[in-house]
Amino acid sequence: MSERALVIERLNKIFTTPNERVVALREIDLQVKQGEFITVIGPSGCGKSTLLKIVAGLDVEYDGKVELNGQQIKGPSLEKGFIFQEPRLFPWLTVEKNIAGDQSLKDPKVRGKVHELIRLVKLEGFEKAYPKELSGGMAQRVSIARALLRKPDILLLDEPFGALDAFTRSHMQEVLLNIWETNKTTMIFVTHDLDEAVFLGQRVVIMNPRPGHIKSVLPIELSFPRKRSSLAFQEMRRTVLNEFEKVEEESYTVGAGI
Amino acid sequence: MVSTIEKNIQVATHKRQPLISRVQLRKIMLGAILPVGLLVIWEFAGRQSYLNPLLLPMPSEIYHEFIYLLQHGGLLGHLQVSTGRALTGFLVGGGLGLLAGILVGFSYKSEKMLDPSIQMLRMLPHLAIAPLFILWFGFGETSKLLLIAKGSFFPLYVNTFLGIRSMDRKLFEVANVLQFNKWNLVTKLIIPSALPNIFLGIRLSLGVAWLGLVVAEMMGSTTGIGFLINDARAMAMISTVFVGIIIFAVLGKLSDSLVLFIERKCLRWQQNFRGG
Repeated sequence: MSERALVIERLNKIFTTPNERVVALREIDLQVKQGEFITVIGPSGCGKSTLLKIVAGLDVEYDGKVELNGQQIKGPSLEKGFIFQEPRLFPWLTVEKNIAGDQSLKDPKVRGKVHELIRLVKLEGFEKAYPKELSGGMAQRVSIARALLRKPDILLLDEPFGALDAFTRSHMQEVLLNIWETNKTTMIFVTHDLDEAVFLGQRVVIMNPRPGHIKSVLPIELSFPRKRSSLAFQEMRRTVLNEFEKVEEESYTVGAGI
Repeated sequence: MVSTIEKNIQVATHKRQPLISRVQLRKIMLGAILPVGLLVIWEFAGRQSYLNPLLLPMPSEIYHEFIYLLQHGGLLGHLQVSTGRALTGFLVGGGLGLLAGILVGFSYKSEKMLDPSIQMLRMLPHLAIAPLFILWFGFGETSKLLLIAKGSFFPLYVNTFLGIRSMDRKLFEVANVLQFNKWNLVTKLIIPSALPNIFLGIRLSLGVAWLGLVVAEMMGSTTGIGFLINDARAMAMISTVFVGIIIFAVLGKLSDSLVLFIERKCLRWQQNFRGG
């Protein structure tokens, strides 16, 4: 068995506002192996994005153990790449400069790597284009390339394809799987799309709201490349859906106050 | 399907345009309709003796006066002096305004400390301050320069400050994830995002510099376009007054267009509504 890249034990997160205390995450336990592809799915408000921000080091006010490669997470670092829901490119920089970010393109090594990544995300010919000239899917591919340039051990994706149309989304999923197979980067992918979760993940983490906690973790034992139309995929999807519906029933009975 | 769209975009990004395209020519003509039409009516009214030539000389007379001043009245010399004053004042005042805007924009403490006082100074009118400058520094160049600098300080200050403070938090988060150091944070994120506002500040500051120049030159000077106007007014040489006024208008517009041109070059990445 390969090394555990990410270890989360008894993670609790409480948001305090002047009026109330909201338990965002309760007793989260999760272990992610090096090179594993994990998808996290759950209804909105289940704390899946909060969990991802904590792993990214963007939110450091939590209780419990969150370790990446044996190191407690205390802030952002280059080992942890983060893809936001929106591409968040710098509008004043061209595609290649956006990917390079704080690194200089004058350095032939950086330049070479940037262009290699542009090929990987299939954006050849757009090196000098500005973000306003890109479609949503293209812009999100730039942001993925930007994260990959830093050679992260783990890539955290917060509903990255949520704003894209169905065709572009399935294309992007294939691009991402291709990257994962090439680079062997550990992936944690948050989504609210059941199909996406089953299509991408080796394990699907199902979360439940109020307070946010992990309901179950289901392994998806289907080999890549997966076919959505295959019987095995449909069956797997149904299993996850069943689990998911149990979550929804529970959350409706618990959250009867609405 | 996707690839053809991408190719089209690619073609669009790499297409180069001639220096003045047909569209631009049409735009220039659109802008010229109003002033040219006005000139024609004005000239016509003058020739029909509807206008009192002592108060409103015809455009052709103003033109002849302009040529005369150019050849015998040392107009170019006055022009040079005025432009020099406006530019120096703008550079001093605008430069300080930019620096102060950056300082106050970056630091909450310096905002609380400096901004109230600066806002108070901003409200002081030129004409209230001018006598003080003259008392302190005499009628020489220093008081004129200070007056112009005082005017051009504030627009750049206010807009630089605003530009820095209106930075997108989401992009700041990206820079945090990518571990930008302080220097890159400033040069790659904060300055570029403040640039549209800074350019607006430059344009407003330049405009105010020209306004300050007139006040400064009319108050006591023996050179410059402002002096030319004031002197001609005293002698009731109405055509000369008009030449001076038109020169101010043209110079102001030219300097504004120059900044706008540079702005367009620097802010090519922006996508804004350009009017329907």
